[in-house]
Amino acid sequence: MIKNISNLGDAALYCDFGKEVNKDINTQVIKYFKTIQKKNIAGVNNITPSYNKLIISFDLKKINFNKLKKVIDNIEIIKGDSIQNKKFEIPICCEKEFSLDIKKLEEKLKMKEEKIYESFFEKEFFCYMTGFIAGMPFLGDLDENLRAKRLDTPRVKVPKGSIGLTEQFANIYTFESPGGWNIIGNTPLNIFDSTKEKEPNLINPGDIVTFKRISKEKYQNYHE
Amino acid sequence: MSKNCFEIIRAGINSTFQDLGRNNLYHIGIPFSGAMDNRNYLLANKLTGNNHNDPVIEFAYQGPHLKYHGDKINIAITGDVSFKIKKGDNLINGECYQSFILENDDELDIISTNKSVYGYLAISGTFDLKFQWYSCSTNTKAKIGSNNGEKLSVNQKINVKEINNNFVHRKLNYVNTKIENIRVIKGTNFNYFSEEGKKIFFKNEFKVSKLSDRMGMRLEGKKIENIVDTNIRSEGLIKGVIQVPADGNPIIMLSDHGTIGGYPKIGVVVSADYDKLVQLTPGSTIKFQEVDLNSAETLFKLYDLETQNLISQI
Repeated sequence: MIKNISNLGDAALYCDFGKEVNKDINTQVIKYFKTIQKKNIAGVNNITPSYNKLIISFDLKKINFNKLKKVIDNIEIIKGDSIQNKKFEIPICCEKEFSLDIKKLEEKLKMKEEKIYESFFEKEFFCYMTGFIAGMPFLGDLDENLRAKRLDTPRVKVPKGSIGLTEQFANIYTFESPGGWNIIGNTPLNIFDSTKEKEPNLINPGDIVTFKRISKEKYQNYHE
Repeated sequence: MSKNCFEIIRAGINSTFQDLGRNNLYHIGIPFSGAMDNRNYLLANKLTGNNHNDPVIEFAYQGPHLKYHGDKINIAITGDVSFKIKKGDNLINGECYQSFILENDDELDIISTNKSVYGYLAISGTFDLKFQWYSCSTNTKAKIGSNNGEKLSVNQKINVKEINNNFVHRKLNYVNTKIENIRVIKGTNFNYFSEEGKKIFFKNEFKVSKLSDRMGMRLEGKKIENIVDTNIRSEGLIKGVIQVPADGNPIIMLSDHGTIGGYPKIGVVVSADYDKLVQLTPGSTIKFQEVDLNSAETLFKLYDLETQNLISQI
């Protein structure tokens, strides 16, 4: 449930679901997001769900903070309305040329490469949110022993398709972008496609993701 | 059959198609985009008799040099811009906020913006563009929008789909005023900063850094000290949010910003001051002044009223 609503500037509501990050709280955030989206409230421009916050930005010409807060305060979330989770298996290649930071991770985590991958590939991930850059999924939770800090100096260019780890999360760079996550592999799969206007994102909040290791040969000959 | 088009002799530094931007896509990571300076965007369209949400060319610092081919057409430029129109051997000094007629083989040379960043070129008609999510707005980092998500490039041709046969000369007496203070509402992490840091934020001047673009404006000044945590759990952003990363220098989110971020938010620029904020050039100074939500809403009403007033004078 929303614990507190405050204003973020003069044209957005900041809905706080607490400090913790877990699946249950995030599922609540996504439920609110979907309910509000369906309501098509006049003046609302964007609704951004994240781990434990929901930001609703609006057109100040059409509505203001107090009016919108009243609407959100009184919104009813349908109980038991479960989110439709899709399941994806993402192929990744972990050859040297793609696993840019695996050696650094071995040092940071004091674990052997094989163990890191073993633990990573066993995991079933939950998509908490998408964003920062178009379509980038934030996937959790990594096991405690796989949690590492960001790179000391972020890369200017992380290659498209890179899979990165930071703290309890994994993500996929949907296109070449600056970034500081620890890169362990690369997927040939297109995660974001701007020509598909209805559903440009392959992975959406609430979806379940597993990774599957593929050879370099398969990577090179990959067809979607 | 007449084919009306603009040929690009020089593209300018960052010339892109823009309109009012796109809604409802933050949750998949796509920012609002759209014209940075909304008022000047709207005025350009009105001066050429267009719909208020038609695509225009936005340029930064140095604009494009264009050669026109086709039937006569009206154009207008808004902002604080120096430009020339070449008709045969005649070179005319252009003036902002009024329409000019271009005929076959005329050239329009948008030399530069003066002590400001963005300017706008509208034509009396519609560019032939492909839209994405109901908008032409171009985000060159994500490669989204018209022109395959790219800025304009030299030798390219821009086709004109339709000319509205409305050749009335339109003019507006308007001068862009400079802003002294940028008004802000305290951010959701205001208390992450030391008392001294808060004081610095509201009392000191900051310099606009060269590392500023449509995504964000970086500021340089006395370091704002964080006493809680230099990271927060990543969460949504909106334009105007002022984040302070570990180095203590504020970054203001602008129209093409990343949709989520993990740095503490010290403040948010009020909507009424956004158009003027984006026009601040690197090297200029900025000072923040605190206002509350009520005053910010009133300021926006005044800003909007003034904009509507200007539009109705055209």
